[in-house]
Amino acid sequence: MQDEPTPIELTKSVADFLRGDIAPLISGHQAFKLRVAINILDLVTRQLTQEEGSDAKEAERLRALLGIDGSVTELNRALAERIAKGEVDLATPGLAEHLWATTMDKLAVDQPNYASYKRELGRNP
Amino acid sequence: MIEAELSRSVQRWCKGATGVTGAAKLSGGASQETWRFDIVHPDGPVGAILRRSPKGYGAAPTRAAGLAAEAQLMQLAFEAGVPSPRVMHVLVPDDDLGTGFIMQRVEGETIARKILRDDEYAAARPLLARQIGGVLAGLHRLPQDKLPELRSRGATQEIAEFERDYRSLNWPKPVFELALRWLRDHDPGPSGETTLVHGDFRNGNLIIGADGVRAVLDWELAHLGDPMEDLGWVCVNSWRFGEIDKPVGGFGSREELFAGYEAAGRKVDPARVKFWEVMGTLRWGIMCGGMMQRFREGPDHSMERAMIGRRASETEIDLLRLLAPRGS
Repeated sequence: MQDEPTPIELTKSVADFLRGDIAPLISGHQAFKLRVAINILDLVTRQLTQEEGSDAKEAERLRALLGIDGSVTELNRALAERIAKGEVDLATPGLAEHLWATTMDKLAVDQPNYASYKRELGRNP
Repeated sequence: MIEAELSRSVQRWCKGATGVTGAAKLSGGASQETWRFDIVHPDGPVGAILRRSPKGYGAAPTRAAGLAAEAQLMQLAFEAGVPSPRVMHVLVPDDDLGTGFIMQRVEGETIARKILRDDEYAAARPLLARQIGGVLAGLHRLPQDKLPELRSRGATQEIAEFERDYRSLNWPKPVFELALRWLRDHDPGPSGETTLVHGDFRNGNLIIGADGVRAVLDWELAHLGDPMEDLGWVCVNSWRFGEIDKPVGGFGSREELFAGYEAAGRKVDPARVKFWEVMGTLRWGIMCGGMMQRFREGPDHSMERAMIGRRASETEIDLLRLLAPRGS
């Protein structure tokens, strides 16, 4: 077991430093690049915070949907293959719900400000 | 540096020109650059734009029409009254500037978010969806016997090509698989009519002024195909920049787009437009995957490219909204 602070806390401290102390000092293209860098660190922080929980739920849904076991990567590959072959489609019970839940979890990490995501977040699934 | 070559060039083909000033690079990848500059002329400065592949980067990527074709298309569009910059000069070896062309600079805004938010464009915004319909109708009517040689692409070939691109990424994505199935099941087949297709007609590739569309840019993906492809692509959610209830570039409704197109004497096939919107959404998603691959494999190891890889999920939610919409 590694010591603390956790990677989440460490990454967040760097992002906060760049945002608070460095961003006000620079301009132009470098400022744009810095914004991208801060966005990356924020994304990493969100992923470190959320990934474990969302992957576990995703794997559980995939096991139920496919009737097989494996890592979340293997299960995704298997689902992709079954959709490609036409063995699973939107008429398959649980598929649409699974894809929606998985995609919402991805957007929560990748682009929580994306307008389509915010709209869907406001819906009752 | 480039000003010396540009000065020599303009003096050869622009009568009265004595040189150039203010050359500045606007954008540039490894193989293609855009520069702005002013031609010094006794009647006053003339705003100009250079689009070029620097020396040693002559070959166009497979999907691109090439800069010579782009110049020819823009000139044809200009002559037909489709908003387009006038092409002033196609580069020759003596220019020592690589391959490409010089065009008249059209003033206005191309940054989508500014066009959608700034007060300056408030009066133009409600008119744009319909206006874009009219512009596309004019573009699709450009005389085919005058077009440069272009690749020809129908729906079936495009599905196969995107499937190949996606599989080459080895990036299993159930939502993309679902979209590929949907596209194959809804393949409209060959279009009844084949026209020039711009290929990248969207908010971001248009110069907009307070009066509306001033120029259509970036013709590099022009090809022959189904005219409905352009109407579908302009509606892809990625080009609405947050204005998700206004499908046409964040400006207005499909109905307005279709009305503008039909008022200019051309017919819309809404089912085909929907097909191309789904195709376009997947296309941008696969392009995000391509960016990720290029980031990972080295040629462009930039943070920006890495982050574009993380935008593929935006197209996944948009594909689900198109193919498996949820209730209220």
